[in-house]
Amino acid sequence: MTTMELAVGPNQFFWKSDDWSGFYAGLAKAPVDRVVLGELVCSKRLPFYQDRIPEAISTLQEGGKQVAMTSLALVTLKRERKMTGELAEMGVEVEVNDLTALKSLPEGAAFSVGPLVNVYNESTLEWFARLGATRICLPPELSLQSVEVLARRGADLGVAIEVWGYGRLPLAISGRCYHARLHGRAKDNCLFACEDDPDGLRVSTLEDQPFLVMNGVQTLSDSYACAAYQIEALSQAGVSSLRLSPHSQGFARICQLFRQRLQGALDADGLVAGVRDTAGDVRLSDGFLQGTCGADWSGARS
Amino acid sequence: MVMEIVCPAGTPAALRAAVQAGAHTVYCGFADETNARNFPGLNFSRDEMREGVAFAHQHGARVLIAINTYPRAGDEALWHRAVDDAVESGADAVILADPGLLAYTATHHPGMRRHLSVQAAAANADIINFYQASFDIKRVVLPRVLSVPEIAQINAEITVETEVFVFGGLCVMAEGRCSLSSYATGKSPNMHGVCSPPSHVEYHEDGGRLDARLGGYTIHRARRDEPAPYPTLCKGCFRAGEKQGHLFEDPVSLNAEQLIPQLARAGVTALKIEGRQRSRSYVAQVVRNFRAAVDALEAGRPMPQGMLARLTEGQATTSGAYNKTWR
Repeated sequence: MTTMELAVGPNQFFWKSDDWSGFYAGLAKAPVDRVVLGELVCSKRLPFYQDRIPEAISTLQEGGKQVAMTSLALVTLKRERKMTGELAEMGVEVEVNDLTALKSLPEGAAFSVGPLVNVYNESTLEWFARLGATRICLPPELSLQSVEVLARRGADLGVAIEVWGYGRLPLAISGRCYHARLHGRAKDNCLFACEDDPDGLRVSTLEDQPFLVMNGVQTLSDSYACAAYQIEALSQAGVSSLRLSPHSQGFARICQLFRQRLQGALDADGLVAGVRDTAGDVRLSDGFLQGTCGADWSGARS
Repeated sequence: MVMEIVCPAGTPAALRAAVQAGAHTVYCGFADETNARNFPGLNFSRDEMREGVAFAHQHGARVLIAINTYPRAGDEALWHRAVDDAVESGADAVILADPGLLAYTATHHPGMRRHLSVQAAAANADIINFYQASFDIKRVVLPRVLSVPEIAQINAEITVETEVFVFGGLCVMAEGRCSLSSYATGKSPNMHGVCSPPSHVEYHEDGGRLDARLGGYTIHRARRDEPAPYPTLCKGCFRAGEKQGHLFEDPVSLNAEQLIPQLARAGVTALKIEGRQRSRSYVAQVVRNFRAAVDALEAGRPMPQGMLARLTEGQATTSGAYNKTWR
């Protein structure tokens, strides 16, 4: 059984550009193998940090990380198509999070497939492998049972399989901006209503039960997914890599804790305790991997 | 050419009613998790499908079969069988979303016409052309995130036909890319063909008020004398910051009847009505009205006004993303 890699997914939120730069400078020293960066959620955010991306890429590469650039999750506008078409020019691997990016990949270039692309079964995995995919981060909705089948097929085909290991779950993407709507604005005149919520804005039920968070056009879970209790099962299934999704609080420490867990220096309860100490007062979940409701949490049983 | 009315049929009776009311095309699914309206008591057995297709063809109408959920790993045979049986039934096309299933169909049934489901969320010309080049799709059902000018722009850059939703339920999120329902209930549109399922709805009466819960989350509250809408997740009532309300979407349904002339100018081939869960009388009435509208357009007569207001959920309707300000 080989140790899984740790990969950091693209930041899903809108951060101040100095915070953004500081985050990636810190990640260069964190115990992770791979970092995907770039804008996943809203094309209007990109101009605020676009000119900092080349430096972040070199810093990460100097720190020994594999680096990839994500495509936008939902491409509709001409400007967004252009931006997607130019991704490969950054000189690093592209992580496809909307199939639009497939059209403009350089002939024969290896690429990876992100968690917002629907890879639910072997035939789709095979199709992506034929197109040149070498790594697929599966949709977070999949159960361990499906992950096992796909990891086996991925191993046959030489496609590395990655699974969502930590962070608020991306649940939906829309044409409508909910942050703007909340502030009584339209998307085109949003005035960047999402910039004050570095981990999303909590959406609670009518009984004040935390449930979701809004992040511009994206909706995420309020709970932070945490695969602490599934590490052995994922590893035995042949999963190559665990994805950690960026959050504003103590993320470098989160990376260390997961690394210790993969190395066997921490058990599941130890990792969970560490995550709680680091991330603050957060709810955790692993129901998707369990195959029940996404919001369920193994740790709640003990 | 007159715009094609594509009408839902959840049952053989609804199929016959739609055809008799003047639907050019009817879409339906098999009674299992291979289609995105996998509701109890709905959809077609293999025999019913063959009979339904024969009935439609006798009356000059076409039948499309939706096999538009994402096949489960290790269990793809169920979806492959659905495609094989759709071909065997004599249907005119299959509506698919999953690349793996599109590849299976293109390989094993190259002569079967393939439409790209809204569940594939193909929202621009580049990706539509890519699907055409990969799987020879003949039509795309556009996701409900696009404005009319954007649809016109797409049609200028593609050669496959476009079909757009004009009436019925409205997804606020990009379809095929939403797991809100499985997060709260374990049942998802992509995997099980259901969203916010009735099995997970509870109503709780407390004093003068009625709470509606989905998967244990209270997302609607009404006074006893107020109507209690069905607690669909994205149309629920929530709190965020200082605000309480329908933060994602109001409990509205889509009605784009007045946009039909604009959609025709934008190059749209077919107008799709949502609602395989609806009664045959509802289906017949909606079809008659839309058929009258496209026939009027074709003959150069003015569009009938406000014809469907009575049939819409709670009387509130929206033209959705077709108007840019919706975003």
